[in-house]
Amino acid sequence: MNERIGRLKRESFEAVPSISIERAVIETEFYRENYGKYSLPVLRARFFHELCAKKTLYIGKDELIVGERGPRPKAVPTFPELTCHTAEDLRILNSRTMTRYHVTGEDIKTYEETVIPYWQGRSMRDRVFNHVPEDWKAAYECGLFTEFMEQRAPGHTALDGLIYETGMLDFKMRIAKRLEGLDYLNDPQASDKAEQLKAMDIACNAVMLFAVRHAELADRMADEIDDPVRQAELRRIADVCRRVPAHKPRDFWEALQMYWFVHLGTITELNGWDAMSPGHLDQHLGPFYEQGIADGVLTRDAAKELLSCFWIKVNNHPAPPKVGVTAKESGTYNDFTQINIGGLKRDGSDGSNEVSYLILEVVDDLHLLQPQPSVHVSERTPERLLKVASRVIRCGYGYPSVFNTDMVVMEQVRAGKSVEDAREGGTSGCIETGSFGKEAYVLTGYLNVPKVLEVTLNNGVDPLTGREVGLKTGDPTIFKTYGELYDAFVRQLEYVVDLKVRVNNYIERMYAKHSPAPFLSVVIRDCIDKGRDYYDGGPRYNTNYIQCCGIGTVTDSLSALKTHVFGGGLDMAELLAALKNNFEEAEALRLLLWNRTPFFGNDDDRADDIMKKVYDSLFRAIDGRLNTKGSLYHLNMLSTTCHVYFGKMLGATPNGRKAHLPESDGTSPSHGADRNGPTAVVKSLSKMDQAKSGGTLLNQRFLPSVLSSDRDLDKLCGLVRTYFTLGGHHIQFNVVDTETLRKAQETPDEYRNLLVRVAGYSDYFVDLDKDHQEEIISRTEQELG
Amino acid sequence: MFAVKRYAIHDGPNIRTTVFLKGCPLSCVWCHNPEGLSPAIEVVTMPERCVGCGECVRSCPERALIVTGQGVSRDTEACTNCGQCVDICPALAHERTGSGETVESVMETVRKDMPFYDQTGGGVTFSGGEPLMQPVFLKKLLTACGRLGLHRAVDTSGFAGQDVLMDVAEETDLFLFDLKHMDDAVHRKYTGVSNEDILANIAALAAAGVDMVVRLPLMPGINDTDANLQATGAFVAGLAGVRRMDVLPYHAAARSKYAKLGLEYPGFGIPKAENGRVNHAVQILKRHGLSVRVGG
Repeated sequence: MNERIGRLKRESFEAVPSISIERAVIETEFYRENYGKYSLPVLRARFFHELCAKKTLYIGKDELIVGERGPRPKAVPTFPELTCHTAEDLRILNSRTMTRYHVTGEDIKTYEETVIPYWQGRSMRDRVFNHVPEDWKAAYECGLFTEFMEQRAPGHTALDGLIYETGMLDFKMRIAKRLEGLDYLNDPQASDKAEQLKAMDIACNAVMLFAVRHAELADRMADEIDDPVRQAELRRIADVCRRVPAHKPRDFWEALQMYWFVHLGTITELNGWDAMSPGHLDQHLGPFYEQGIADGVLTRDAAKELLSCFWIKVNNHPAPPKVGVTAKESGTYNDFTQINIGGLKRDGSDGSNEVSYLILEVVDDLHLLQPQPSVHVSERTPERLLKVASRVIRCGYGYPSVFNTDMVVMEQVRAGKSVEDAREGGTSGCIETGSFGKEAYVLTGYLNVPKVLEVTLNNGVDPLTGREVGLKTGDPTIFKTYGELYDAFVRQLEYVVDLKVRVNNYIERMYAKHSPAPFLSVVIRDCIDKGRDYYDGGPRYNTNYIQCCGIGTVTDSLSALKTHVFGGGLDMAELLAALKNNFEEAEALRLLLWNRTPFFGNDDDRADDIMKKVYDSLFRAIDGRLNTKGSLYHLNMLSTTCHVYFGKMLGATPNGRKAHLPESDGTSPSHGADRNGPTAVVKSLSKMDQAKSGGTLLNQRFLPSVLSSDRDLDKLCGLVRTYFTLGGHHIQFNVVDTETLRKAQETPDEYRNLLVRVAGYSDYFVDLDKDHQEEIISRTEQELG
Repeated sequence: MFAVKRYAIHDGPNIRTTVFLKGCPLSCVWCHNPEGLSPAIEVVTMPERCVGCGECVRSCPERALIVTGQGVSRDTEACTNCGQCVDICPALAHERTGSGETVESVMETVRKDMPFYDQTGGGVTFSGGEPLMQPVFLKKLLTACGRLGLHRAVDTSGFAGQDVLMDVAEETDLFLFDLKHMDDAVHRKYTGVSNEDILANIAALAAAGVDMVVRLPLMPGINDTDANLQATGAFVAGLAGVRRMDVLPYHAAARSKYAKLGLEYPGFGIPKAENGRVNHAVQILKRHGLSVRVGG
């Protein structure tokens, strides 16, 4: 790491996240003046153009890659058209202890006077909550599911290589051609398409303008500076910004800046979930790197420096502040930009190149919160890449996570994508599978599967509130067989999924009509050809995921019921009473359930068969339902941090888990339930037919001593490869001992940069709230002999 | 048998399963698997886990158990190790020190990790206790593993009849052979047995061309003297075909196991093997032309 990168890293690490109201103020003014004058796509595009013309620019004194969403690093704009924060929200953001955002009193006052009066009742969030039916609300409020789109826009995508061969001027030509070809006589949607296409054209202009403003600023800064080295750098920055994104990039520097402008455009236009991701960055940059080296105009060090500058840029962009349930289930600064390393190319050949290794060096040097790398391993991936990645894993940052490319491809082909598009796909966010540059793969919300069982065991009532939240599936004390209980659980599950999908479909149309994303639609394939927005079925593929949480907890609970109630001497009424009392005065019963039940994660078919059955029921309940874009819902097995929130909303469970403790995370076994080591965990997981999902998530926590020698790393690679030959989608590792985590709790200031794997991403341990900290500590420590 | 450890990564090459067989003729003061010393299967009790439900007291045919404020306690005189308490306790406060297994039941566990052996070239390690104490059972297990094409390792003190050892060697791919001390008197003092047969057995195995790694459990103040290290290095270097030694630094992690078994910890007073001493030992052994690894 050279001095420049050292300085930039320190600045980025130390910058305090803050709220910038600039975007909200410009937007409010614009809407007051213009709402109703244009079609909504054009209105959105004109607002975006206004923002790109007016927003405060920032070029830091050491930077090579330029552009910020806010007026300074880590300044986050608000998006009142989606969620209009109240003055109280802003005061809480400014004062809360965790994931705090600095807001000035003056800004709060301005917000109160100008922004809030306009947007209250008009924001997407208000409109959603004013509409939803009572039964949905009851289920939502008791924690049966969450709703992703109530305060952030659906984003959930990554880019392919399109922007490295197509400048905005080229996109504009395509748009113009498409506009010319519209058939107003025979196509009843022609005028809608025309509005959409005009909006896309304006969005291209907006981003070009934004870049030119940076060029002008860089030139002005160069005029005013004496240092000839920095002066030359600023002139180069100006040249680069005049070239991209108007034209396609010609070299490594321009390629990175091209991506960065597109990234900024998409996250400024709206605040889609998971920000934006470059996808297979190593594959996109590889040709520019090789050309630069061959021509003698780029060195390995220079490429690494530019990559580091880019990395820091992403780190400067924390997630927009969340509110309500979403803040509870996703309390992190991380905005989930994920960078895929390795994988396959479109033609099925190995995708790794020298840039893959450069990226691994950069993440090892910087080990910042964002962006987070993942290594994609196919049968064709050289062992060397996995080995080098495992050396970074050993450092304990919690990344890179490791994905099975062959499974990621298979999942997509099963869902109907072409094999080439599937290979160009990968994972973004945490573990979500999608076809990069061609797909909206929208997460719609988490489903609390153990809660579905709890409601079933209480005949449709939430035992924590006494409120009726589900279907009356029958009094469980009169069920004679396990089969009867299971059937009731499945009926309850289908009822809850119905509720969720009904409201999702409504919200989806709200976005299509009121909040189109013309710029995102430019860079995702087929939107221009179809003349349709990203939110309206424009992309080539349009998937909705429902993410199912707690498969470990629900499997173990069903196993306990099967073993002890239906297959043993335990009375259902006695068990239900103990659950209601959170096992008060019933510790022996709790331990019996906890110690004498076959649990998932031990390579024990008695439990694993139940998991398979539950997984199949989830698949049947979700997969193949229609969304509003003529495409389908699929199953996803991600929990992110929602298992902690869902656990809080869940009473004691039949597996001996006490009330309000976290559920099992992702597809991992329940905390402490896996007692036979990592190979048994992997075997259990391999019994899940993961190809039928859009991603699974397996956390493993290893003691550092287990990975001390290079031979240990070979064995870790062997474990990963074996899991993948058995059909695993993803595995990730925390390499840290409990003692270190306890010390970090005691003296957080000394551990400010201790990164740990939380869900499909890493976070600073000291930035997690106490519940999440305890959750990570309680994950089974795999110590090996 | 007293335990099976899956994903064993320090008992031979690649990802392995280690099967621990009960019973050992040695009594090394530093033994870290004391539950493997006795060939008998006994019951042990951990009162700190007891929640006082009294289930075990009611189930005990010998009335050997009582529950007090400090948890359950067991009258070891009256106890016949029948294990009824083990099966009934919800809190796992009673455990057996091992289990009676058949070749088939062991193989069932071994087979579970077949995909890992296939992927990495790993296999099965038999350890103990002293696996050579049950030569017939061991040979059957090794043969069964051989039929599955698995790599087989035997981790031994080498204290056995030479005919037994050579017979087992026919079905073994790698020996992990512990060599504790070159001086017979010291060896007797700390392990309870003479090293005469052990040295002869190593030599015989080496002469037969069997793959072998010699392992030195490094005990500060006992066998890490320069004299012993020199003698060990010279001896091992003189064995035909043996080029690798593993140094296993002493740690006192087993102390809690002794407490659980109600035994006094005999290794009390042995200091932890410091890195400097370990490196010193490695350097001396390397000077004899050996390839030396720490940790195995």
